[in-house]
Amino acid sequence: MLLIKNGRVMDPARGMDAQLDVLLEGESISKVEAGLDAQGAEVFEASGLIVAPGFIDLHCHLREPGGESSETIESGTRAAVRGGFTAVCAMPNTRPVNDNVSVTRAIVERAEAAGMARVWPIGAASKESKGEAIAEIAAMQKAGIVAVSDDGRPIANAKLLRQVMEYCRSLGLVVIDHCEDASLAAGAVMREGPRSVRLGHAGIPAAAESIAVARDLQIVELTGCRFHVAHLSAKNSLELVREAKRAGMPVSCEVTPHHFTLTDEDVGYDTHYKMNPPLASREDREALLAGLADGTVDAIATDHAPHEPALKEVEFDRAPFGITGFETALALALEQLVHTGRITLMRLVELFTMGPARVLGMERGVTVRHPADLTIFSTEQEWTFRAVESASKSRNTPFDGRSFRGAPMATIVGGRMVWKR
Amino acid sequence: MPHRFSHMLGIEPLTAEQITFILDQSKPLQEIQRHPLKKLATLRGKSAALAFFEPSTRTRISFATAAARLGADTMNLQAEVSSLRKGESLLDTVRTLDAMKPDCLVMRHSSSGAPHFVAERIGIPVINAGDGTHEHPTQALLDALTIRDRRGTLAGLNVTILGDVLHSRVARSNIHLLGKFGCKFTLSGPAMWLPRELECLAPQGSSIRRVPRMEEALEGADVVLVLRVQQERHHEAALALDEYVLLYQLTPERLRRAQPDALVLHPGPMLRGLEIDPAVADGPQSCVLEQVTNGLAVRMALLLMLMLGTPTDASDVMKGAGHAAD
Repeated sequence: MLLIKNGRVMDPARGMDAQLDVLLEGESISKVEAGLDAQGAEVFEASGLIVAPGFIDLHCHLREPGGESSETIESGTRAAVRGGFTAVCAMPNTRPVNDNVSVTRAIVERAEAAGMARVWPIGAASKESKGEAIAEIAAMQKAGIVAVSDDGRPIANAKLLRQVMEYCRSLGLVVIDHCEDASLAAGAVMREGPRSVRLGHAGIPAAAESIAVARDLQIVELTGCRFHVAHLSAKNSLELVREAKRAGMPVSCEVTPHHFTLTDEDVGYDTHYKMNPPLASREDREALLAGLADGTVDAIATDHAPHEPALKEVEFDRAPFGITGFETALALALEQLVHTGRITLMRLVELFTMGPARVLGMERGVTVRHPADLTIFSTEQEWTFRAVESASKSRNTPFDGRSFRGAPMATIVGGRMVWKR
Repeated sequence: MPHRFSHMLGIEPLTAEQITFILDQSKPLQEIQRHPLKKLATLRGKSAALAFFEPSTRTRISFATAAARLGADTMNLQAEVSSLRKGESLLDTVRTLDAMKPDCLVMRHSSSGAPHFVAERIGIPVINAGDGTHEHPTQALLDALTIRDRRGTLAGLNVTILGDVLHSRVARSNIHLLGKFGCKFTLSGPAMWLPRELECLAPQGSSIRRVPRMEEALEGADVVLVLRVQQERHHEAALALDEYVLLYQLTPERLRRAQPDALVLHPGPMLRGLEIDPAVADGPQSCVLEQVTNGLAVRMALLLMLMLGTPTDASDVMKGAGHAAD
């Protein structure tokens, strides 16, 4: 038994914001009341802290199997809980690709053995994510996948995407797409604009993303499949999603902390600023901030993409895309969104909890009988992020040395405190 | 007042005053190119590593000759024969070179920013001999020296740049350099290689306009910079060469729209009959061979500044010219 005393319990699913105690028994929440006392329970004093449903990250790369020198399920989920995440959705671009039951099972088993954050695998949409044949989606669903995506290798073939969407609709699975027109993005390394021209970097136009979003939405209209735009970065893409939502389509989207924090003007030759989609323009960032505030954006997702130093310590155009993200996500969201007054604290909690849960068709709250997954955080704790102290095996972050106000304080998964500051 | 440079990575961060200093330092070194005995001993015992990770003949020879004429040794690394082909990383390669204790690294690389990446990780001065589509500072400096010699000044000139400006490091470095002296730029060439964003490159006090029609772009030009047509490019559809010749070849007729004494510059290698008509290439307005000779002076000046480690006046170096040869 674990009793969390005197925290400010915030649960957007029920509109709850009150100082309450939370009692966890076994793997579930058993009581949420004021002035609780429990004989024999371990007590966590949470006064001055926020007690929220467990944070869910819809988008990460844990690299196992195949990329263990950059991350393992163990190191990745250890970093996740340090970031306050109780569940993370692992993209299928492992080696081999998670396009079949045996890989899905292996991931689930490794995650259980690690005993940190829950890992909810995302299955490949097509075999080997080659965009040619449909993967064993139903079998993977039985083994635990929560969504389908060919992240990083988006399906170019519209007919195949239509078939995947028809099939996933029948299975009740959401299809997630990394929206990118491959021809416009070919060979390019950052967002196209004045900065790319100045640096001599080949540029990816914003349209590379929004063209793909527009096409996908047409196929959603054909199929009625639930559809989620991964790491949305461009103003025009956001506008398309906003319109689709207004029209009642089953569409959602996520935004990463780096896209709402940085812009293409921050890019130089440091490969820690190289990610895909690339950092966007100031105007795009403003649009994302507005979308986070007005409800168009459903979730904050990290796109945690670890790469060992040898892979990033190279020429800019030869480096792989991606940065780590678990341990800085909440602090960046507080810094950029809450401390600036752009969104309420309740909305922030929603973006990390109820928002992503609903994308996956789940309900998660600080509610009796719900799984005892809780994230306890401070809005005031001052700290400095040091990449060398990260639990991730990789160090590829542009936020090394950044000082923050606000941090995760404790992470509880299945009634067990798996990490505390 | 002498200026100190720790590296020469690009023109963009330099001030007009620093550029003038480098050009002034290059002046006395032009003389030695006409001297019967061309070798100084100033950098005797020093060595420069020349690391060319991208094919280059003229720039590499120019740096090697500049180093030799100052008495320095050179270590040559060419990508074709290096361990890079065996998969060694750039960082390991330059650290290996660095361990042979050169006094400076001259480097060309197909990735924009590669010399900047290296400069942050090794302890010797790095000279950028061209990085990707970013900068080619020594080319811009030798172009500026050539223009200043002929025109007496760099201030306020009308400069027309012709060709694939988007992918040209020569164009970028020239815009950064001449723009700091208030030059006004007109860019012309196939429209897909003249994106609007190029206008943002103009330094304060300068301006850039894009004029796809070449005849119009040449009106009133004091300097015409012709870029090489690069036929090999990944991820880009090529333009038919006949089409290029039809619209963008610099011919005597087209050049007549520029000022009568307009200078024609080309960074080389020059493709006669493609981007430039042979009559223009060999005409009195062409500066092509002076550019090559001035390249030696500018590169010698930079090697002196970066390898001696102490501010030196190039004219003092020249005083020893007669007897220092060995």
